[in-house]
Amino acid sequence: MTERLPARGLLDRRGALKTLGLGAGALAASTAMPGFIQAQSSAPIRIGFQVHRTGIGASYGRWYDRTSQAAVKRINDAGGINGRMVELVPEDDGTDPKRGAEVVEKFATQSKCDVAFGTLFSHVVIGSAPRAGELKLPYFVVSEGHHVASGMLNRYTLQPGITDVKSQVQAMAPFVSQNLGKKVCMIFPDFAFGHDHRDYFSKAFEAQGGTINAKIAIPPTETSFTKYFPQIPRDTEVIYHVMTGPAVLTFVKELGEFFGPSRPELFGFIDSLEAVDMSSPGLEFLEGSYMWEGNPRYAQADQTEYDKAYREAVGVDDNGASVSDGKDVSTYAHMFGCWETLNIIKAGMEASGYQGPDDRAALIEAVEAMTDMPEGMDHPQGAKRFNGKTHQVFGHQYISKVEGGRMNRVHTTSIEDTLYEDEVDYTTQSF
Amino acid sequence: MDFGPHLMLAMLEGAVAAAILALTAMGLSVVFGVMRVVNVAHGEFYMLGAVIAWFVATTLGTHPALGFVAALVIAPALVGALAAAADKLILQRIDYDPERTIVATIGLLYIIQQGTLMTFGPDARPVEPPFNSRIALPWYEWVDGKLSFYYPWGLSITSYKLFVIAAAAAILVALWLFMTRTRAGLIMRATQQDSQMAQAFGIPVSRVYALVFGLGAALAAMGAVLVVPIQQAHYLMGADPLLLSFIVVIIGGLGSLPGTVIAAILIGMSDGVISVFFSPTLAKILATLAVAMVLVFRPQGILGKKAH
Repeated sequence: MTERLPARGLLDRRGALKTLGLGAGALAASTAMPGFIQAQSSAPIRIGFQVHRTGIGASYGRWYDRTSQAAVKRINDAGGINGRMVELVPEDDGTDPKRGAEVVEKFATQSKCDVAFGTLFSHVVIGSAPRAGELKLPYFVVSEGHHVASGMLNRYTLQPGITDVKSQVQAMAPFVSQNLGKKVCMIFPDFAFGHDHRDYFSKAFEAQGGTINAKIAIPPTETSFTKYFPQIPRDTEVIYHVMTGPAVLTFVKELGEFFGPSRPELFGFIDSLEAVDMSSPGLEFLEGSYMWEGNPRYAQADQTEYDKAYREAVGVDDNGASVSDGKDVSTYAHMFGCWETLNIIKAGMEASGYQGPDDRAALIEAVEAMTDMPEGMDHPQGAKRFNGKTHQVFGHQYISKVEGGRMNRVHTTSIEDTLYEDEVDYTTQSF
Repeated sequence: MDFGPHLMLAMLEGAVAAAILALTAMGLSVVFGVMRVVNVAHGEFYMLGAVIAWFVATTLGTHPALGFVAALVIAPALVGALAAAADKLILQRIDYDPERTIVATIGLLYIIQQGTLMTFGPDARPVEPPFNSRIALPWYEWVDGKLSFYYPWGLSITSYKLFVIAAAAAILVALWLFMTRTRAGLIMRATQQDSQMAQAFGIPVSRVYALVFGLGAALAAMGAVLVVPIQQAHYLMGADPLLLSFIVVIIGGLGSLPGTVIAAILIGMSDGVISVFFSPTLAKILATLAVAMVLVFRPQGILGKKAH
């Protein structure tokens, strides 16, 4: 009964809109039609880019922007999509879920975007995706959160360019238990993204025979961290840390000051140090610790030609910083997701013969039909496997060791390490 | 961690928080005491102090100690001048009318915050401390009836954090001497007691107001310069200090300087201790509850005088 109520309300509203729209439509038809036909043939494809320019996600936003601009330039230089140029329509969401939903609405109704793309922070994705579903706007997120594959969102939301936390941490658990220790204390930010870490790492790690002896949640806006560290139990063998937000450098520094010379093993997610210069004072204690990296920040000895060309296109040097400013360190472990997602949008639009908003459902079906994606210029981070049912991609994960102030890759997981059972089948939902 | 070292660490962290809070809240309290102005933009003056400190330290690009000392002088001076100008240009023109002052300072808050966002950018930027070494602290235990010392895991503080506590105390003592031992302090206190009478005795009250508003902002900026090597400069960092400063000023008694110091120590320490043993959220809840209780049972605050 309760499930039916909103549907009935929607129908009523739709009915009312239809009547209203009839009048307006008749009035506009004569003038609007030529423009519409024009849009189908040569007008650019507009990709609404929801970007964290301000708020706690700002350093990610800056690099997501640079990566996306570079990817669009490459697509346009190669002739665009279906013969049409691609235009990014960036809009700041302030890393705020409420504003995020408004931005999605603006893409669909005001700026006439074909699709929306690019959101990172999980609370913004969770705040925006329902609106994208209501407006029937394909919404390609680059967020890492498990919320897409968990079935929490809708058929219009896809994550084809970056792997999710559940698969990442599941692939890390064997490495940690075999190489670092069996008793792990977890420190994570207290919101959806951190909870994914807490839930899925502890499960995967316990399956490896290890124990989690403490789970320390820290509010994402916290600025001072020493007060949390006494909760770390004495018998901890490994500290698992993942932190986000503007205070990540303080977090890692204070962790070092807390332990001094006698620290346990550290295993961190690079999120704790994204956009942070590894040579910042106070980070020396990280020497010898391990990091998950979505994509190795420092150019490795066996760097692929794709990574080399991708770095050059985005403007990143071999140390993962901007070529124009060595202090401007990139969010290298995440931003490849923007590059790859844009290439998937292109591939999906080409496969479905996308012409305009009427073909949005066909575009989603075309992306859902994708499976293996080979490593190459479209996928410089590595090969991927897309699951059309859960709308989530799976790929290789990297573990690096901090040596001499830089991160050297020591382990690469297989795609199989990251797979888990489907929790949802979005393809059964209607458009 | 054992209870003893744990409590000691909590109190050390609390003392650092209390030191910064005392400076920031003192700025708010001075402004309210003398001018009866509720300055909602106070947190942004704090933020501005941190941002200018970063700017000074990076522009000089010399030894961190030199950059830090320069920032400690330049940032409060600039922020104070800006606040004094804001007083002349805005607050004096609306005649310090309470409602309009609140709205005007809210406007100021957004102008400063968004102005910083547009120029400084949205990133958090670090300032290198002038000196920073980890000091491991010993703890005692009784072994076979004899006292012995050992170094527990994690019980430590940095030399810079100790310096912050000392520096804040020194600045507060200097402020107290200034208010009680100098002619300018005398004029301020006279204006606080009765601004009309002060005016009748030839005190340029409007100039005193501008100076006091500048002084209040400069105190916040000083707190920020001290804290920025521990945390980082960020355009949204003013929100928390503003809230805590209001809590401190209300509990201590609006306009009472000793009350402000006592309340800052109380709130800072309890925040440190409660957030170490329980959770930071609980610490904030209790602080806010304390404000509510003070407002109900002793609206004038711990050391505040009853309104006439």
